[in-house]
Amino acid sequence: MAAAQENTARVGGNGPSLTREQFMDAFHEMLLIRRFEEKAGQLYGMGLIGGFCHLYIGQEAVVVGIQMTLKDGDKLITSYRDHGQMLAAGMTPRGVMAELTGRATGYSHGKGGSMHMFSREKNFYGGHGIVGAQVALGIGLAFANKYRETDEVSVAYFGDGAANQGQVYESFNLAALHKLPCLFIIENNLYGMGTSVERASASHELWRNGEPWGIPGKRVDGMDIAAVHEAAAEAVAHCRAGKGPYLLEMMTYRYRGHSMSDPAKYRKREEVDQVRKTRDPIEHVRQILLDAGVSEDSLRKIEDDVKATVNDSAEFAQTSPEPDPAELYTDVLLEA
Amino acid sequence: MATDIIMPALSPTMTEGALARWVKAEGDAVAIGDVLAEIETDKATMEVEAIESGILGRILVPEGTQDIAVNTPIAILVAEGEAVPDAAASAPAAAQPATTTEEPAAQPSAVPATPAAASLSAPEPEKDWGPTAEITVREALHDAMQAELRRDPDVFLIGEEVAEYQGAYKISQGLLAEFGDKRVIDMPITEHGFTGMAVGAALTGLKPIVEFMTMNFSMQAIDHIINSAAKTLYMSGGQMGCPIVFRGPNGAAARVGAQHSQCYGSWYAHVPGLKVVAPWSSADAKGLLRAAIRDPNPVIVLENEILYGRKFPCPVDEDFILPIGKAKVEREGRDVTIVTFSIMVTTALEAAEALAQEGIEAEVINLRSLRPLDTATIVESVKKTSRLVTLEEGWPFAGIGAEVAMQVIEHAFDWLDAPPARVTGVDVPMPFAANLEKLALPQPEHVVEAVRRLI
Repeated sequence: MAAAQENTARVGGNGPSLTREQFMDAFHEMLLIRRFEEKAGQLYGMGLIGGFCHLYIGQEAVVVGIQMTLKDGDKLITSYRDHGQMLAAGMTPRGVMAELTGRATGYSHGKGGSMHMFSREKNFYGGHGIVGAQVALGIGLAFANKYRETDEVSVAYFGDGAANQGQVYESFNLAALHKLPCLFIIENNLYGMGTSVERASASHELWRNGEPWGIPGKRVDGMDIAAVHEAAAEAVAHCRAGKGPYLLEMMTYRYRGHSMSDPAKYRKREEVDQVRKTRDPIEHVRQILLDAGVSEDSLRKIEDDVKATVNDSAEFAQTSPEPDPAELYTDVLLEA
Repeated sequence: MATDIIMPALSPTMTEGALARWVKAEGDAVAIGDVLAEIETDKATMEVEAIESGILGRILVPEGTQDIAVNTPIAILVAEGEAVPDAAASAPAAAQPATTTEEPAAQPSAVPATPAAASLSAPEPEKDWGPTAEITVREALHDAMQAELRRDPDVFLIGEEVAEYQGAYKISQGLLAEFGDKRVIDMPITEHGFTGMAVGAALTGLKPIVEFMTMNFSMQAIDHIINSAAKTLYMSGGQMGCPIVFRGPNGAAARVGAQHSQCYGSWYAHVPGLKVVAPWSSADAKGLLRAAIRDPNPVIVLENEILYGRKFPCPVDEDFILPIGKAKVEREGRDVTIVTFSIMVTTALEAAEALAQEGIEAEVINLRSLRPLDTATIVESVKKTSRLVTLEEGWPFAGIGAEVAMQVIEHAFDWLDAPPARVTGVDVPMPFAANLEKLALPQPEHVVEAVRRLI
């Protein structure tokens, strides 16, 4: 088989699938997020990152799979667990890491921090520290798409914890009422901080929570990038065609605590280990690629590239200057 | 290469901790994610995971050790087959506490002075806009929105009953017919949701006017007004402006009780990142609302239901607009300065008229804008009169009067001949009974009494 054909052939067994090229890209992106977050955890431990820091480790397939279905101009918004979303959106590891360490070269010049980062250029609208606020803001992004008569879609990510906020349901109603092109993504990692979803929600099928408003929904294996991609492609097409919002519940898992100071006593270590061993989204893709004949060497090259990128971002984030004291007073108001 | 495993910071406030237990022993192989040790912090017992793989070459801090400072090396990780370096050789390479590796921290003295501490320049005279016509405040607000909707296709109006019902208070009458339902949009009763939606749209550059049926209902949405609208420009390092207007009737109407009768001037004026205006006359209403819609920042427009039907002269010039942040001297006087806003300007002018009968000439300042506050005009006046009375409908504690008085103390203390006085609404929830409601609100005689006590 010629190399060109190999690259476009679908691989990955019986289920939904991607091309080998797509799996390679996804492997790179997911690994970048994982290594970046591990490095962020390390810098936090060294006291170089302060305050709150919520890591995305374990959930990488969700954001990477969805991002593969989007196009330029589509808008993104998420909660405070936002580092993965930003990297997937194409924001630079240097800029994100430097914001984590509170430096002038960070995306918000050191004034936002882990939970509050934005990129006008990449259509990334934050990074929000108030649980659920990004959902109402997210339908506003979709409202703007519709108002401007574009076919752009907005993606609003939120967790299973935020899914109990009242404004989420106000937003479902408004999005359905006005047929807004908004893709709602519930990243169900099973715990809202330390409270399991069973103890927090009387609805055990969050993907159906939009049903009263006629919002189509699906539950997806969020640890399987191909499944994420397939469901997201269908949902994005629905939104882009002007048929209104769509809801996907991504079943995923975070390996680390809710934040850095979470001892995670609400779940057993065996539970975490079990997911890591049997459902890890990155190992899953690695195996698919090896099965498809990709050499260990080419995967190691990706790993080395990612490691170099992440180390570079950490170096940049540690050596960049803190914001100038004058920065304290800027960006409060725009000149009228 | 051998690397130090350091005592990690495991919470935003942790500076030291205890090494409760080593889970791995010297010589053990370690993979990324393996639990190495348990650390007791001020909050909890936490597991420390390996961030690199290798062999646990040497444990430097035995279990049971208390008060280990963050960043102290606690073990050495080596590659397979690699010799373990001496602890002493390793220590100097250990990461230093963050405070010493960073750039010199800003000293308090290096912090630039706040804008408020800058010296005040003399107020500029107000522009003369030529001929006027008598119109109601309602018409003025309507005309302002109509003019700005015509001027800028990115402007739209959303709120409850703004479109088909023609406005709960008829401010938006006729706008649906002229601009269509794309730009004049009825919302269900869902303030939290639609305010968030409008703020999201504004972050993309659209310019929503959000009408609250009354500002009391903005409490449902205050998180989006403050956390999403006011703070995002700052949190984004200047990338994401939020050009949005939140408007609606504020303060007491008549006989609607505690939940519908409250002034939010002090609430919103407290917040950096917001501008707050409170028009009194038709000219204020038209000029300030037009400025608010054009402003690239979130602006709160505190209207007043009782004023909606009142007539005032308003410039007929099509370009008429007022600057945000400029107060207006409504009546000149030499003996006392009365500083007020919104419907209380009427009360102040009535009081000034009564005082004039006694030979006391009061200067009445209509603030128009609560944030930014026109401190220059207030201070200029107090330097002339040497006496200050503030007047507002809202509650006394931490009210606008408190801020005005403090500004005068800071900038014109030596000119004062008497302590500043404030006249406010009574410090109770608004009662329903007609007699009690009247007692709860400032009347002209309260102002007259307050002035008499100063002179």
